[in-house]
Amino acid sequence: MAATTSMVTSLTFTIPSLGLRLPTRSYPCLKPQRRFVRKAASNVITATYELKAPPYPLNALEPHMSRETLEYHWGKHHRTYVENLNKQVVGTDLEGLSLEDIIIVTYNKGDILPAFNNAAQAWNHDFFWESMKPGGGGKPSGDLLDLIERDFGSFERFIEEFKAAAATQFGSGWAWLAYKANRLDVENAVNPWPSEKDKELVIVKSPNAVNPLVWDYFPLLTIDVWEHAYYLDFQNRRPDYISVFMEKLVSWETVNTRLEKAKARAAEREMEEERRRKEEEEGKPTNEEEDDDLEMYVDNDNDDSEAE
Amino acid sequence: MALLSSVTRRTLTLGLNSTMLLPLSRSLQTFSLPDLPYDYGALEPAISGEIMQLHHQKHHQTYITNYNKALEQLHEAIQKGDSSTVVKLQSAIKFNGGGHVNHSIFWKNLAPIREGGGEPPKASLGWAIDTHFGSLESLIQKMNAEGAALQGSGWVWLGVNKELKKLVIETTPNQDPLVTKGPHLVPLLGIDVWEHAYYLQYKNVRPDYLKNIWKVINWKYASEVYEKECA
Repeated sequence: MAATTSMVTSLTFTIPSLGLRLPTRSYPCLKPQRRFVRKAASNVITATYELKAPPYPLNALEPHMSRETLEYHWGKHHRTYVENLNKQVVGTDLEGLSLEDIIIVTYNKGDILPAFNNAAQAWNHDFFWESMKPGGGGKPSGDLLDLIERDFGSFERFIEEFKAAAATQFGSGWAWLAYKANRLDVENAVNPWPSEKDKELVIVKSPNAVNPLVWDYFPLLTIDVWEHAYYLDFQNRRPDYISVFMEKLVSWETVNTRLEKAKARAAEREMEEERRRKEEEEGKPTNEEEDDDLEMYVDNDNDDSEAE
Repeated sequence: MALLSSVTRRTLTLGLNSTMLLPLSRSLQTFSLPDLPYDYGALEPAISGEIMQLHHQKHHQTYITNYNKALEQLHEAIQKGDSSTVVKLQSAIKFNGGGHVNHSIFWKNLAPIREGGGEPPKASLGWAIDTHFGSLESLIQKMNAEGAALQGSGWVWLGVNKELKKLVIETTPNQDPLVTKGPHLVPLLGIDVWEHAYYLQYKNVRPDYLKNIWKVINWKYASEVYEKECA
């Protein structure tokens, strides 16, 4: 496995656009989002990650989530993750990478590197604020509802399972609804059984800072079940917090938008892989089994596609 | 009939800690919430009465309730020879049993100031601390650093390796008891750094909680345990 790193302070990997090499697989969605800030005291450009405000005022989720909670949760906890991330990243090979790329790289297949916690928690909290809205809750509709009903049996069963996951994540962590487009193509393998079953909704829970990006899922919805997320409003009553979140806070519009993006990216990836697989086949030396296929491909000006 | 009387006999011989339950559970011991040796407000201002009450009556109690439940399920599974359930229950037992073990120690680790809370250790433990860490301040600094750096939920411990007779500082995640870090480790002092232990009072500033808790640490208890292991 190339470049799986055990180095703490600097990583060697390359990303095509930056001339840096990534360990093993390539990330189809690699768009380093660099925000450049010129340091006042020098001519050095440093990349910083910013603390994004929630898409609503801090008191907008009351009475379900208090302003005080938002002030501490966003204003202190989330802010600290971002500030500490910036300190950890500056001057290292991670500088300039998008948050998502840092998360994948520093997750390091479970052997996590120091910047992971801050990077993942910065991302998780952005995702969490955007998963809620004032006057949220209710029921999703359209494609999202169809998929929920297909993969969980009913919306009610989905709610039950999601709440159970959130309630049973022991210690600190998160519960997620995610879209899993199951591809076996780590390394050079290609999923030999692409089918509709691959593209499914799943509920997962994760400890501490871990999120479904590390498993190559597309997150759609999350609830923070670290105690700091609910202690001021609910104390030990996590199940009550979870219920209120589902009934009054979830922004199904946002979840729906994320699902559409996830499906589009999954389709893109599939086409990418198809294309790559065909290229590989073309490049292979011909043998008797491959002859027919190769000839068919080459003699493509015929409309009829008869197999020999 | 014969079964019932043998159950009764076995239960009685288990001693004072047993609870007589329905014959189905036979000799299964259930656990209950230990009383605090001080009032909820007695540790103020280091730890608020509100926190102590919630911590004891809600959190610790919930661990005990769930521990008892898991043990009962384990008991049934063992009787039925249902190995996969036995294995599946291990994490619930570790979480909740660990929670019970750890918190039971924690309440003894704390004492009101007028009852000796915060008084530095003397005798053999005091000497061992100076020898191993240089000074009590140095020990406290190290424990606070480890406690502050712990990601998520867990505990920071001062323990003694009873084989080597050496003091150690360790952290454990979630409700893992100290013994999970080494079979010879005996906890002298544990500080709960789950957010529920300090959030209502200290919010996100865990280092302040860690700084203040030493004012109510019960070194007498830690010394007793140390002397028992290292006599």
